Amino acid sequence: MSTATASTAAPVAPAARNGGNGRPVLGPYAVRWARHLATPVVLGLVLLGLYLYVGAQDLDRIEQRSLNADYLLSRFGQHLWLSSVVVVLVLAIAIPLGVLLTRARMRRYAGAVLALANIGQATPSIGLIVLFAVVFLSWGINTIAVVAFVTYGVLPVLRNTMVGLDQVDRSVVEAARGMGLSRLRVLWSIELPLAVPVMLAGIRTALVITVGTVALATFIGAGGLGDVISNGISSNRDLVLFAGSVLVAVLALTIDWLGALVEDLLRPRGV
Amino acid sequence: MPESPPRPMIRLTGLTKHYPGQAEPAVDHLDLEVPEGEIVVFVGPSGCGKTTTMKLVNRLIEPTSGRIEIDGRDVTGVDPDRLRRGIGYAIQQTGLFPHRTVADNIATVPRLLGWGRERIAARVDELLAKVGLDPQTYRDRHPGRLSGGQQQRVGVARALAADPPVLLMDEPFGAIDPLTREALQEEFLRLQRDIRKTIVFVTHDIDEAVKMGDRIAIFGECGRVLQYDTPARILGEPAEGFVADFIGNGTNVRRLSLTRLCEVEVSDDRPVVVRGSGDGGCPTAPGSFALLVDRDRRPLGWAEPGQDRPLPLISHLGPEHTLHDALDAMLANNSDTVVVTDQDGRYRGTVEMATIQTHLHRVGGPGNEGGPVRGGERADRSIGTS
Ligand SMILES: Nc1ncnc2c1ncn2[C@@H]1O[C@H](COP(=O)(O)OP(=O)(O)OP(=O)(O)O)[C@@H](O)[C@H]1O
Ligand SMILES: [Mg+2]
Repeated sequence: MSTATASTAAPVAPAARNGGNGRPVLGPYAVRWARHLATPVVLGLVLLGLYLYVGAQDLDRIEQRSLNADYLLSRFGQHLWLSSVVVVLVLAIAIPLGVLLTRARMRRYAGAVLALANIGQATPSIGLIVLFAVVFLSWGINTIAVVAFVTYGVLPVLRNTMVGLDQVDRSVVEAARGMGLSRLRVLWSIELPLAVPVMLAGIRTALVITVGTVALATFIGAGGLGDVISNGISSNRDLVLFAGSVLVAVLALTIDWLGALVEDLLRPRGV
Repeated sequence: MPESPPRPMIRLTGLTKHYPGQAEPAVDHLDLEVPEGEIVVFVGPSGCGKTTTMKLVNRLIEPTSGRIEIDGRDVTGVDPDRLRRGIGYAIQQTGLFPHRTVADNIATVPRLLGWGRERIAARVDELLAKVGLDPQTYRDRHPGRLSGGQQQRVGVARALAADPPVLLMDEPFGAIDPLTREALQEEFLRLQRDIRKTIVFVTHDIDEAVKMGDRIAIFGECGRVLQYDTPARILGEPAEGFVADFIGNGTNVRRLSLTRLCEVEVSDDRPVVVRGSGDGGCPTAPGSFALLVDRDRRPLGWAEPGQDRPLPLISHLGPEHTLHDALDAMLANNSDTVVVTDQDGRYRGTVEMATIQTHLHRVGGPGNEGGPVRGGERADRSIGTS
């Protein structure tokens, strides 16, 4: 009955509504997917441009040492590996912590923990890793790097997990409990799915931050694409510096693109 | 037919809830019995502990002291999650899961109880039809694409899903427009006549309470029940000043809505003409009307002698309508008579303005409220027949 009224009321643009969940489609929806498709193309073109540009230059020995496929691939691999470890740890810490801190009993600690996480992020990242490297001399270089970057990336995921869970309508949770779903079940099948969009936004931020800050690992000798940049600086070769920066930027944007894609795919229907 | 008095399905004894940090208890030594198969309405001003009392029953809130028994069993010994699966729960904000379809929402408790897939699907469709939603159309929608009234219907269907004997409903028809609300109330009462659940129904609205309740519990401050009685007796003899104030003016008119037309004596002194039978039964006195009916005695219109065409019948009322509806129809039609039919739509008689007046005087007068204080069948509403 109401479908009939709806379609007679808006006969002009029936395609303008998404059948699935009532979001307008042809506006933001199409734009979003256009961006999803365009981003990798643009990033690919940037890489191609860089390759052609560097290839056209006459590289001296010092430049060649940084700008060759083997070296770049190994730094790229280090970078990805370090970032992945950091992100996995960030998720493993921040999501359970966020869930815990939104439970009624633990709520009173939320303020304190958030403040702590804020300090972690407000400290300049370069300062943080150098500080860690000095204070925890006995740890391995990689451990220090990972701990520092995890400290740095926890906040957005923690905060968004908490916000995401808090914005779930209390009456929905109460109805679920009132029908006999256990606390765990409510969390798993009601609260978390409804918090997913907000949580994913935080995770995406953390990914991008991590990929960016891992470039600083070079300053404590933990490798990564930051090595290329710092080679460029120390040897006074702008081309190397430029290439390293572009590579880090492209990597961060690629991760951001993947994050956006996942966000759209995992958003629950009907929300 | 003699009926044994209904046994209490829910029994609250000395129930007290004191929220930590609050000066006054939200519910204070409450004793209350909800008879099996009846709707008991909690009504009272905001913050008087209606919701708290209801949530104590399914242990969403744990009592400070007191006993809660359902079907003779103390609920404190039962695992709360299991307990709640046996108690339907519907709330004003509906609490529908926005990321799940209507069907999935309704299937929540049956799934918890481990029903088979086909049984659940059949139950979902049956319930959707029961609450007046076409299963085909609405089954796979998400709640965000339903109107407020439709959401509340789904909320009721979800509460009924596993066929629980007890239902808790906290302002289930709250935030919707008066017309839709009235329709939902009617439908729900019709449904309840079949399913005969024991229902605790919370509302702010005394009119809704009078309409829905077999009994009404009027809450005052701090979760104290000031009066617990049938709607007729609450309107007829409101206890204390507060209850009378809360009920407010217009009790006489409200009381009319307690009497169904099937319980009222109708007058049948109007001449009746069967269409196609000639003018034999037509009134001869000019200016008097006869009711024109078809061969099945369904009313068609008013016939006046000397006029070719009958005057159309603006409205006629069935057995489920109330004296309040009759008065309403009279005022709307600017007439002092309404035609009453039986459940098959056959002419039964007429109700006149004078009938209503007599009725009001009969029940309004002092000393006319016989019957036991705790008498409670729906028949108690029929003051007119006592
Ligand atoms: N979780 C809680 N913690 C502390 N106090 C509460 C809590 N829930 C309710 N109260 C208090 O208990 C009293 C009764 O609240 P309750 O929700 O039962 O009222 P109500 O009759 O349902 O009101 P309304 O008609 O507005 O829904 C109120 O004074 C309220 O402030
Ligand atoms: Mg309430």
